[in-house]
Amino acid sequence: MNTLKYVVKRVLLSLVILFFVALIIYTIMRCLPTSYIENVARAKATQPNSKTYEEWMAQLTVSYGMDKGIISGFFVWLGQALQGNFGDSWQYTAPVLQKFSECIGISFWMSAISMVFEWLIAIPLGILAARKQYSKTDYTISITAIACMSLPTFFLIALLKLVFCIKLGWFDLIGVIGRDYAMLDPWHQFLDRAAHLVLPIFTLVLISIGSLMRYVRTNMLEVLNADYIRTARAKGLSESKVINKHAFRNTLIPLVTFLGGSLPGLFGGALFTETMYSIPGIGYYSYHAMSAGDIPFSMFYMTFSALLALLGNLLADILYAVVDPRVRVS
Amino acid sequence: MSDLKEKLRIDNDFVPIEPDDKYILQVNALKKYFPVKGGIISHTVGYVKAVDGITFNLKRGSCMGLVGESGCGKTTVGRTILRLEDDKTGGQVLFEGREVYDLSPKEMRALRPKMQIIFQDPFSSLSPRMPVSEIIGEAVREHGLVSKDEFDDYIDHIMDECGLQPFHKDRYPHEFSGGQRQRICIARALALNPDFIVCDEPVSALDVSIQAQIINLLKDLQNEHDLTYLFISHDLSVVEHISDTVGVMYLGSLVEYGDTADIFRNPLHPYTQALFSAIPVPDPTVKMNRIVLEGSIPSPVNPPKGCKFHTRCRNCMACCKEVAPEQKEIEPGHFVTCHLYDDVKSVSET
Repeated sequence: MNTLKYVVKRVLLSLVILFFVALIIYTIMRCLPTSYIENVARAKATQPNSKTYEEWMAQLTVSYGMDKGIISGFFVWLGQALQGNFGDSWQYTAPVLQKFSECIGISFWMSAISMVFEWLIAIPLGILAARKQYSKTDYTISITAIACMSLPTFFLIALLKLVFCIKLGWFDLIGVIGRDYAMLDPWHQFLDRAAHLVLPIFTLVLISIGSLMRYVRTNMLEVLNADYIRTARAKGLSESKVINKHAFRNTLIPLVTFLGGSLPGLFGGALFTETMYSIPGIGYYSYHAMSAGDIPFSMFYMTFSALLALLGNLLADILYAVVDPRVRVS
Repeated sequence: MSDLKEKLRIDNDFVPIEPDDKYILQVNALKKYFPVKGGIISHTVGYVKAVDGITFNLKRGSCMGLVGESGCGKTTVGRTILRLEDDKTGGQVLFEGREVYDLSPKEMRALRPKMQIIFQDPFSSLSPRMPVSEIIGEAVREHGLVSKDEFDDYIDHIMDECGLQPFHKDRYPHEFSGGQRQRICIARALALNPDFIVCDEPVSALDVSIQAQIINLLKDLQNEHDLTYLFISHDLSVVEHISDTVGVMYLGSLVEYGDTADIFRNPLHPYTQALFSAIPVPDPTVKMNRIVLEGSIPSPVNPPKGCKFHTRCRNCMACCKEVAPEQKEIEPGHFVTCHLYDDVKSVSET
């Protein structure tokens, strides 16, 4: 009962936050120096026998619905959004939701696969680093992880492309299919697609592994220094039992929360990675929509991202109460 | 540079002792230093001399109290004896005649049930994700101490002995009070049928009324199971109550060691005298002659030269600042490490 009350309270609070986030995003989008309408008007005005730029501007501003002020414009957007109508994308000349559902698939699968790898690699590495704290192994793992975390994504991708695409020639530089894709049989088409996703997924794993690894390491260290681990050792349990049964089990609680928090991120796409590899995912399209000043699409994508972040936090908190009986919601 | 080298040199000269059947535990010149890391490449720049040459023997079925102010290395002594530290820095630890640190991991695991520990803080020494029956029974199963059919009865029996109810079995540690948790810790140690238990300040985290219960429980269990205790505490009245012998530690060294009665009746070392003068007497009419120690405890990284206590000793002499005193047996079984007794003939010499 108490938990339910808490969840309801959190959801209501999240809605308030979401409202203001959307308002701020809308304001910023309206104030951007790139204006989609201006570009269109300028292009149309250069055509022979056309109306002047000013006339086109006046006409287009009204037809795109930008003749209203920022606040009233926002409420118009909000009112439609609440009815599930996010409008048509200016850039892609299609309904926003339709465009979104077209490009979310590849983003989701890329994120999901890289997340599996991230967890499979980061947890053992984190445990290893914690068990050998301050050793050469620990430093090697930690420094590599921090390097991958802190290198700007575009730089890391450039390095990877240099090594794997140019020097070794294993993969294509960009795109999701090869030039002779159409001539392949279905099995080889699948392999071709898979090969094009190797490097993007590798990149996603590299940039995300560090934070999880360090999270595991910190939590593991805290547990390993606890008295009950000393108790377990004093009991004469084998080292693997001490680590797996006593230490790791207690590390799992914060990890479950981390997992809950990152689940919604699966739908967020990877802006840099998708753009750098020209993968037609949600990150790639939203980047192009934003740089073109496509307000409906950008509004949808960014509000959706904010919703995912809020959802992640909420999920993490609820999971925490579920997995740890000691946490009482108060 | 040579200065640093000198600082990092570990003096490990000691006369090895032979195993003696009389004693369950023999500790000889035991040292445990912790490296102090510093500099950019985090190399060792010094040592915390937590335990700096400690010698004592423990008879089977006896209880030795280990007292001293906080930070003097009492806990490290207990942990080092049980090989809960990775290695010792020097000296010997013979448990039932065998050097504990020479055992292979397999032999060590087989020995673990025989030597157990009860930690100070019952709130952190129990795994929060395990029910009580699992905490107590896990190692019993692991070491195959009782058969499967008897397992449940055995756990019930142990819990009953430690004053826990059978319905407590499925609860988690956070559902218990401090006193009950400490009972779980004791049950956990006892379930392995040990010969020797290090009690590392088992009551200092509990309030006074519970302290007495736990102390009496430990005493009863000792009589029933013929246990040997190393009882670490800073509470002198508790130590007087439970111990047969007492060791007084100061800055990693044992300054005085002997029968509880002898030490409390006739403390010889100036530090022991100061410590004992601070025991509160539950009588407002008694005028206390407290010996107040000047200054604070020196850093164990740079302990004073000569006798480590000389900076705070009211009987400090010239030789105390230069030469470290040797442990000397003044009365039978009563050892003291102090220059005041240089002229007194050792019992072993006469």
